[in-house]
Amino acid sequence: MPFIPHTENDVEKMLATIGAESIEALFDEIPKNLRCGDLKGIPDGMNEMEVSQFMSLRANLDGQPLCFVGAGAYEHHIPAAVWEIATRGEFYSAYTPYQAEASQGTLQLLYEFQTMMTRLLAMDVSNASLYDGASALAEAVLMAVRANRKSKSRRILIPRSLNPVYRKVVEATVKNQKIELVELPFDLETGLTDLSSLEAWVGEDVAALVIPQANFFGLLEDVDALSDWAAQNGALSIAVVNPVALGLLAPPGEWGESGVDIACGEGQPLGAPLASGGPYFGFMCCRQKHVRQMPGRIIGATVDLEGKRGYTLTLQAREQHIRRSKATSNICTNQGLLVTAATIYMSLLGPEGLKRVATSCYRNLNRLVEKLSALNGVEKLFDNPAFHESVLRLDRPVSEVLEALADRNILGGYDLSEDYPELGNALLVCATETRNENDFSYYAAQLEDILENG
Amino acid sequence: MLIFEHSHKGRQSTAQMPHASGDAIDLPEKFLRKEQPGLPEVSEMDVVRHYTRLSQKNFSIDTEFYPLGSCTMKYNPRVCNTLAKLPGFMGRHPHGVASHGQGFLSCMHDLQEMLKEITGMKAVSLTPAAGAQGEFAGVAMIRAYHESRGDDARQEILVPDAAHGTNPASAVMCGYKVREIPTGADGDVDVEALKAVVGPQTAGIMLTNPSTVGVFERSIEEIAKIMHDAGGLLYYDGANLNAILGKVRPGDMGFDVIHMNLHKTFSTPHGGGGPGAGPVGVSERLIPFLPIPMVGKDDEGYRWLTEKDCPQSIGRLSAFAGNAGVLLRAYIYARLLGRDGLHRVADYSALNANYMLKRFMEAGFDAAYPERRATHEFILTMKRQAKEQGATAMDFAKRLLDYGFHAPTTYFPLLIPECLLIEPTETESIETLDGFIDVMIKIQAEAEEDVETLKGAPYSLPVRRLDDVKAARELDLAWKG
Repeated sequence: MPFIPHTENDVEKMLATIGAESIEALFDEIPKNLRCGDLKGIPDGMNEMEVSQFMSLRANLDGQPLCFVGAGAYEHHIPAAVWEIATRGEFYSAYTPYQAEASQGTLQLLYEFQTMMTRLLAMDVSNASLYDGASALAEAVLMAVRANRKSKSRRILIPRSLNPVYRKVVEATVKNQKIELVELPFDLETGLTDLSSLEAWVGEDVAALVIPQANFFGLLEDVDALSDWAAQNGALSIAVVNPVALGLLAPPGEWGESGVDIACGEGQPLGAPLASGGPYFGFMCCRQKHVRQMPGRIIGATVDLEGKRGYTLTLQAREQHIRRSKATSNICTNQGLLVTAATIYMSLLGPEGLKRVATSCYRNLNRLVEKLSALNGVEKLFDNPAFHESVLRLDRPVSEVLEALADRNILGGYDLSEDYPELGNALLVCATETRNENDFSYYAAQLEDILENG
Repeated sequence: MLIFEHSHKGRQSTAQMPHASGDAIDLPEKFLRKEQPGLPEVSEMDVVRHYTRLSQKNFSIDTEFYPLGSCTMKYNPRVCNTLAKLPGFMGRHPHGVASHGQGFLSCMHDLQEMLKEITGMKAVSLTPAAGAQGEFAGVAMIRAYHESRGDDARQEILVPDAAHGTNPASAVMCGYKVREIPTGADGDVDVEALKAVVGPQTAGIMLTNPSTVGVFERSIEEIAKIMHDAGGLLYYDGANLNAILGKVRPGDMGFDVIHMNLHKTFSTPHGGGGPGAGPVGVSERLIPFLPIPMVGKDDEGYRWLTEKDCPQSIGRLSAFAGNAGVLLRAYIYARLLGRDGLHRVADYSALNANYMLKRFMEAGFDAAYPERRATHEFILTMKRQAKEQGATAMDFAKRLLDYGFHAPTTYFPLLIPECLLIEPTETESIETLDGFIDVMIKIQAEAEEDVETLKGAPYSLPVRRLDDVKAARELDLAWKG
């Protein structure tokens, strides 16, 4: 029997101990009329060889197109050691570290992760992960409403330049808690959040302002002005950042006069494969004064009976298993294994490695945009500095072009026209350190051919 | 030592970095970081040794018996990981076009169909990232359903006092008030107490069945009738689905909405705290509200269903489609087991649990519900030991670690004093179960001889018992060295 070790003798002996005639008798408390019989719709089992052949055929159907899409998930090189170690059984098959003494490996690693994130973001404290970047932002919004005791409005300002899916996830998550989400427009010339639109909210009660860096168009927002505006107007500031970009870019803890209150984002670039969208992980950091409002697991250092240093889950009084209906969040299972990978990734890369990855992404994007925008029928939409990705405008509907590119085994980018009709036929293209000059030339040649010959 | 203590300025793993380029970056100064972040500067071998050694400080399924009640810590077949990492799956961008995703999407569609069959629900969305997010989605659907009918008076969710903490927390996140209902002396929900509180204000009830006290809720049909007659809906917390696979289905019990914990029942790894996957299934009337995306199938093949297809959906819960890689591992597991294998999961998890329970009772331990069958798990209460020897459930738990067994779940559910919730799972052998029971008997003898032996435990782990109070009072959440 797959994964069940019992011999016939074992079963007989166990039933005799129990005093039951059959295994079936163990289910005698279930009302008979509720029993479901055979699961007819479920196929027969396969052995490992069969399932391997079957899944290989399926995987091959997906191909391995050349990827120029970002829009929230980024293809980076993942050092071999990252998943070799993360999938060691001792990490892979352990549970949430409730029994601290038997989980020091996971706990110390999470403490190291928290330390790395506070240093990368220049923030005071970090939690041990949330589901993904979008859900982390939703939790950050809820946290800000709790933490901003001066504000009574439950009003959150969210730039339209923020990833549209993040805006949808925030809405789906907070809509039943009477939180008002106000969209801040962006300037069609610059692609940046329109700072003058904030004037309408001066003197109004605002709980928090969300600040993406880079924004969904890859553009670098004036984060100093935005975080200062929040501080001056009684609103908490919530940064949404890309952790790899922070190898190069100013960390949210140092934006403006005093830095942001909460910073969160998508951890996928730190060692998680694209894998159709998950598992990834969300991260969240905040100022020390807000730590008791933070959702999710937090690890603290302490000592044992003999005074030896050790690590344990702490501030559990915030969590659902203790506080139940009064918890800061319902989150229980998080994304521990992805954090394991991220911690190993950051250790391998170090400050210099992360900076080189970020620099390489920046340079490659500029090369890609240079090549593509030189084509007839393609123009670069915004001139401001961009990271990871950039917006191009095409002379025809983007979806047609992307389909034609897909037929040539290229994922050409993300079609913005549905989420941002005001931008026309806008295409978001991405390049990371994994793309090179040959890739750019190939993409440009194929795109040129499609645009000229239909 | 921390990885930071291995760090030396200027030490690098250059094989892992893009090549350096001498050109300056042409970004305005204000966007750039002034100082490099204080990440470790170590060699690749330093990293490999450090984290390999850390891993060795963990208990895990691959190294120890891990009978953590309510968590279903069964063997995670390695092939599920190997196949989920095939290049076509691993490299696929979530915004990849459908024509470059028929392999992945077909697996997800198959999984949706299999989960419908296994649970008796009418439709499934795979997108919730974990059980708690599934709960959130489920309660949000209950809310959306009532609101769609203009039934706005329903502002209360009922939750048994033994429920997982996530249940009330999820209900509150959906804007509901929570009312607890008591558990009767036999472990079933107190039906009379339930009748007394249901009414036009009741939006629904959240139940786990088998319940968190390790018994099958026998009055489930009556509860379903009471709730439905009052206009409320039934939510099924799938934490204990392992116990009833192929025996009885939530859909047939009368549940309107369920979540499943694939990292429990479908054996995807717990990863030291995640990732999980918490798909939701619904009855006919809740189909329009399912979270998106889901996978649909038409003449052209498989594709994501989005806002356009599902205008009444409660919306999106994550940026893409939840924990896709976990879902793939669960799908592979389900294909390995097939129909017969899924039936056997319930059979042998129940056999193991009932065997352990019987042996413990014969050895003089106190079962919380001695008259009941165990399901896939059961509860011992150490109330007597705590009173007579001063040996608490926590003391037993910590001493077990010294003997190479992970502790059962302790102090949950809260209504049973000094409890150990023990879930052996179907993948453990009789020798392992006997070994665990023998050690518990030995610890009992130690407690009777000198309880201090237990109080000082564990002795043989990387650290002795840790000071949780100090951890919370003198917060040290990041290394300052």
